[in-house]
Amino acid sequence: MIQIVNLEKAFGDNHVLRGVSASVDKGEVVVLIGASGSGKSTLLRCVNLLEVPDAGEIWIDGVEVTAKGVVKHEVRRETGMVFQQFNLFPHKRVIDNITLAPKKVRGMSAEAAEELAMELLRKVDLADKARSWPHQLSGGQQQRVAIARALAMQPKVMLFDEVTSALDPGMTGEVLNVMKELAADGMTMIVVTHEMAFAREAGDKIIFMHDGVIVEEGPPSQLLVNPQHEATKEFLSKVL
Amino acid sequence: MVLVNFALDFNKLLAQAKELLDVIAAKIQNIINFSLIYSSFPKLLDGAKVSLLISLCSVILGVSLGIIVATGRLSKFWPTKAISSAYVAFIRGTPMIVQIFIIHYGLAEFGVTLPAFASGIIALSLNSGAYMGEVFRGGIQSIDPGQTQAGLSLGLTPFQVFRYIVFPQAFRRVIPSMGNEMVTLTKDSSLVNFIAIAELTYRATLIASRTYEYFTMYIGIAIVYFAITFALSQLLALLERRMGPYDSDSKPGKGLRR
Repeated sequence: MIQIVNLEKAFGDNHVLRGVSASVDKGEVVVLIGASGSGKSTLLRCVNLLEVPDAGEIWIDGVEVTAKGVVKHEVRRETGMVFQQFNLFPHKRVIDNITLAPKKVRGMSAEAAEELAMELLRKVDLADKARSWPHQLSGGQQQRVAIARALAMQPKVMLFDEVTSALDPGMTGEVLNVMKELAADGMTMIVVTHEMAFAREAGDKIIFMHDGVIVEEGPPSQLLVNPQHEATKEFLSKVL
Repeated sequence: MVLVNFALDFNKLLAQAKELLDVIAAKIQNIINFSLIYSSFPKLLDGAKVSLLISLCSVILGVSLGIIVATGRLSKFWPTKAISSAYVAFIRGTPMIVQIFIIHYGLAEFGVTLPAFASGIIALSLNSGAYMGEVFRGGIQSIDPGQTQAGLSLGLTPFQVFRYIVFPQAFRRVIPSMGNEMVTLTKDSSLVNFIAIAELTYRATLIASRTYEYFTMYIGIAIVYFAITFALSQLLALLERRMGPYDSDSKPGKGLRR
C-alpha cells in the first residue's frame, strides 16, 4: 500500500536519508528501529510530507504523493500521525481536539463529529475525559487522546513517532496497549520506537536503519533473534 | 534658657507652617477653577467622545493591521516579508507627530486631501499597526512548532492551522502586551489635536488659552485620560481572566499542572 523508492533527504550538509526504499502492505505493522540520528523519524515524517524529500518517490495507495502538483494537506488527511510530545491543542477541550479536523477538513456536522469522537474516546478508554482540558490529563492519557484525534480522520495509515519516549515508565503500557488493539483491528501502521517488546509482539516487519540507509529488514522472529549485519547486532546488544 | 528659646522657635515655626498651609489652600482654590470645569464640562465631554472614538477606531484597525503585518513578517515569501519589515522599521524610527503631519499635510500635495478626522485615524492606525505587528509576531513565534505539525498532520490547510490552532493560543498570550499598546495609543490620540481635531486635548487648549486657566484645564483632562486608560486596563485584565481556563504555560508532557 505504501512504496518508498530511493528516498533522499539532507538538512544542509547532513544527509539524513541516503536512498531508502521500503514497502508497507495493507494492514501491516512496520516497526522502524535504529539509533538516534539514523533517519527513522525523518523517513516517517516524509510519508506525510511534514518533510519534503530531496529525491525519490513515495506512493500511497497507487498515488505518487511526492509528485509535483500534489496538494500536501490532501495527502495528510489519509495519514494520521502521533508525536512524541503529544501536541494536543491546549486551548481546546479533549472532545474539541478530536472533532476539529473532521469538522473542518471532512466537513462533518458537529453532531456526527462528536459521535465519532465519543466512539474513539471509548476505544482509548477515556470517554469520561471528553470535557476535560489537555493539561488536566496525565501524559499517557494525553497520548491516547492524540491517537484518537488522528484516528478521527479515518486515515489509511497511522504513523507513530516515538510516542512513548516522553512518558513516565508507568504510562507506556496503556499507550502501547491501544496501539496493539489498533494493530489487531487491521490498521496499517508505521511505528518508530525503542520499545523492543512492542516490536516483537505487534510488529509484522522490523526495519533497522543506520546512517540514513536500511541495513536490514525482516519479521521480528528473524531480525531480533538472528540479525545478519554487524550494525544490527551492535544496536540490538545495546537495547535488548 | 535654651529650652525657652526652643519653645519660642517652635511656636514661630508652627505659625509659619500654618501660614503656608493657608496660602496653599487659597492657591488651590485659585489655581483649580472648579466653576470653569463645571461650565466647560459639556465641551470637554464632547472632546472626550471624539478622543474615545478615534482611539477605538484606531485600536481596531491597528490590531487588524498588526495581525496582517505579523503574518507578513513571518511569511516565507520574501517580498511580503521585506515590505512588512520596512513598514515596521519606518514607523518605529520616526516620530508619531511627523507621521500625522505626513498623512494630513504631506499627502495633500499629491491631491490626497483627507478630513482631519480621517487623517488622524489613519495615522494612528498605521502607527499602532506596526507596534501591534511586533506584539503578534512575538506571540505567534512563541507557540510550539509541534502545534503546527499536529494541525498539518490532521490534514488542515496552513491557513486553518493558523486560524484555529496557532492564532487563538498566540492571541491569549499577547493580551497583556496588546493592552499596553492600546493604552499607549489612547494617550497618543491626544497628538491629533495638532491637526485641529476637536478632541479632548484640543478643546482643553482652546478653553485654556481663552481663560488662561492652563493648570485647571490640563489637570482636568489628565484625570479624564487616566479614567479612560484605567477602565481599559481593567477591561483587558477581565478579558485575560476570561479567556479559557487552560494554563498557557503548561507544556504537554509535563503531566498534571494547576
